[in-house]
Amino acid sequence: MTARSDIPPAGWRDWLTTDTPQSRTQARLGRAWAGWTAFRRNRLAVAGLLIVLALVVVAALAPVLAPYHPYAQDLNGRLLPPSLAHWLGTDAFGRDILSRLIHGARLTLMIVALVAATAPLAGLAIGTAAGYFGGWVDTVLMRITDIALAFPKLILALAFVAALGPGIENAVIAIAITSWPPYARIARAETLTVRHADFISAARLQGASSLRIILGHIMPLCVASLIVRTTLDMAGVILTAAGLGFLGLGAQPPLPEWGAMIANGRQYVLEQWWVAAMPGLAIFIVSLGFNLLGDGLRDVLDPKGD
Amino acid sequence: MTDDAPLLEVSNLRVAFPTRTGMAEAVRGVSFTLGREKLGIVGESGSGKSMTGRSILRLVPPPGRVSADRLAFRGEDLLAASPRRLRDIRGRRIAMVMQDPKYSLNPVMTVGRQIAEAYRVHSHAGAAEAKRRALEMLAAVRIRDPERVYDRYPHEVSGGMGQRIMIAMMLIPGPDLLIADEPTSALDVTVQMQVLAILDDLCSQRGMGMIFVSHDLNLVASFCDRILIMYAGRVVESCRASELHTATHPYTRGLLASLPRIGEPPGDLPVLSRDPAWLTAGLEA
Amino acid sequence: MMIDIQDLQIRFGQGADAVTAVDGVTLSVREGESFGLVGESGSGKSTVLRAVSGLNDEWTGRIAVAGTEQGAKRPRGFYKLCQMVFQDPYGSLHPRHTVDRILAEPIAIHGLGDADARIVRVLRDVGLGPAFRFRYPHQLSGGQRQRVAIARALVLEPRVLLLDEPTSALDVSVQAEILNLLRRLRAEHGLTLVLVTHNLAVVANLCDRLAVMNRGRLVEEMTVEELRRGAAREPYTLQLLRASQGYDRATAESFRDYA
Repeated sequence: MTARSDIPPAGWRDWLTTDTPQSRTQARLGRAWAGWTAFRRNRLAVAGLLIVLALVVVAALAPVLAPYHPYAQDLNGRLLPPSLAHWLGTDAFGRDILSRLIHGARLTLMIVALVAATAPLAGLAIGTAAGYFGGWVDTVLMRITDIALAFPKLILALAFVAALGPGIENAVIAIAITSWPPYARIARAETLTVRHADFISAARLQGASSLRIILGHIMPLCVASLIVRTTLDMAGVILTAAGLGFLGLGAQPPLPEWGAMIANGRQYVLEQWWVAAMPGLAIFIVSLGFNLLGDGLRDVLDPKGD
Repeated sequence: MTDDAPLLEVSNLRVAFPTRTGMAEAVRGVSFTLGREKLGIVGESGSGKSMTGRSILRLVPPPGRVSADRLAFRGEDLLAASPRRLRDIRGRRIAMVMQDPKYSLNPVMTVGRQIAEAYRVHSHAGAAEAKRRALEMLAAVRIRDPERVYDRYPHEVSGGMGQRIMIAMMLIPGPDLLIADEPTSALDVTVQMQVLAILDDLCSQRGMGMIFVSHDLNLVASFCDRILIMYAGRVVESCRASELHTATHPYTRGLLASLPRIGEPPGDLPVLSRDPAWLTAGLEA
Repeated sequence: MMIDIQDLQIRFGQGADAVTAVDGVTLSVREGESFGLVGESGSGKSTVLRAVSGLNDEWTGRIAVAGTEQGAKRPRGFYKLCQMVFQDPYGSLHPRHTVDRILAEPIAIHGLGDADARIVRVLRDVGLGPAFRFRYPHQLSGGQRQRVAIARALVLEPRVLLLDEPTSALDVSVQAEILNLLRRLRAEHGLTLVLVTHNLAVVANLCDRLAVMNRGRLVEEMTVEELRRGAAREPYTLQLLRASQGYDRATAESFRDYA
């Protein structure tokens, strides 16, 4: 039944795909390998992963990769079209757009990482608690979630930034605060489907505390759909951050944030199109990368396949 | 279409599913002919018994592939039939009842209307006539108050009644062959017996043929006329139901022995040890 | 008495929609006994078991286990005394936990220590070698999963094992293996078993005594010896016995509803 004729025999591959792992690590790695094998078959998802990885590499190596300093002005070389010296042209202050985009990758990555590290976790905690305990806990937590959901995201973020003052940290806080409710809803829905499962009953019959059941049994089952949703949402987060930057409420000059760069370029958009188009293209590519990655992860992580 | 042809001829039926590591065969060369009788197909999970039942109506879920040297219903080749002809045969000539009625009934339509629709699709009768026939059919499957049940929704009826409704819906076009896949496994024993009695009567009164797929050896032996025992996609033994106790194949004998019986003293049950040779040695019925 | 239940009442729902699932059940199980609780769906047999286990806390009456009266909430020590095995081996194991993690959890909760030795020992006890230790449930067959579920119940070394239809989701050949396993474990560990099932033959094979339930009420208590002789007193029990003998056209005609 398990003849693998199309896979060449290799020691480590057998070790990963064995049905009888000898240790915890091997079992875990084997599972990860199975996921990777499934993921690998989706070419678009791999493309998405490569884009996201490229973003990380570019952000990490920004000072090495960037040909110029992002703030270095050259008022004699303003609004130059793309050329060998300036691959993507220069902006209104004669700054090299490519260098600014490369350094801007750091800001984009920071926004994405901070939002991804806060909003889904808050949503996960709130949603699983509401779903597991039910009753008044559920009512209170979900009404709060509903209220938060009722505000349009960008408007609420705008209000927060207006109150907290413009700046990239405040933009991140505003985005995180406005984006947790959908995660809470997803986590709650997932919790409700497993709450009465026999394996949860079995855990209770072992004397496991509610905290142990939520952390060890329920959360691992919610994480998959949250990861998928978070990845898909990252495009939206980048766009919101760019939108705030564009409106002057996010990153402040001279920070090379992509949204702010589009805002600066908009007055030249007809004659010097590259000033606005290049950061736009960067946003487009990275958003697309996250979307493709999310779609691929959904195919791999969705528990339906088990 | 000739009337003296057997109801169903199956020869070298195979069902295969493509997997990452090649084709996996769920049914590996099953052959039998069916007359106007109750044929039981028995086996454990994974034996291919359900796939055999489904493949006759070409209801194998994609990407599964069905092939056979011959698969004929009253002399008509089912493998060559057009999708349109197949739809016509399904329901009107061959009906299928599955284990769980909840998944087979439309939750937003009253059960009575579903039965009446099933009748109208195949007979082009008027609404009043269809309702009359539906009520008759509900009475035939021994639902005590057909008028009242007619207007209920699927979630408002019990499991046993749901299965009876399902049978009524499948049998109202008057099929020649009924394929029942574990039709009573989800039911309590007493309800199970009552539903079987209904099927039994319909078979004997209408001369309907029946394929009864089940994991329950005792039940099949007491209900059917003839039994095929399947193991790993093959028929390993075929016998008259009344002669099951004289079965010779070690798998059949092992299954029979592993059943606990009320009359026997407590003690360890013989455990079936599977012989790899069973996978290759097949018996044609 | 290992388990003593007096006048157990269990109702679900509120007000006019309330349904009485268990109505005045009184029964007791001796230490070391194997007791069968038999009935059709809706008879309340599983509901009784869940109340004893502590999963269902909305009941009135008296439940005592090992001489200690139990309330709605159970102290942690109770779970060392009394464990449960569920019907569906596909639903009772966490899909993302390895066998090792499943078995290590109760040990960690109760702070027992020596987890490695305990896990290896209990796996051997249920007839699974150490090779199964780091597998995920999807890498196991139904019978192997049920063995893991039994191992999880046994790892705390309980005195009472509650079994909720432990073999009805399994093939008959696997059912035989699990029944043999339960018989051996009972003898080796001196376990008290309470087996909930609809299958009289399984009760005849594994139990000493049984009670028949119908629509929330206890219909009849009898020994398995009496069951084997067909010496039931109540018409409902007799009907259940007849229905278990396989299909018979005339018998099916005689069935009626017992309220």
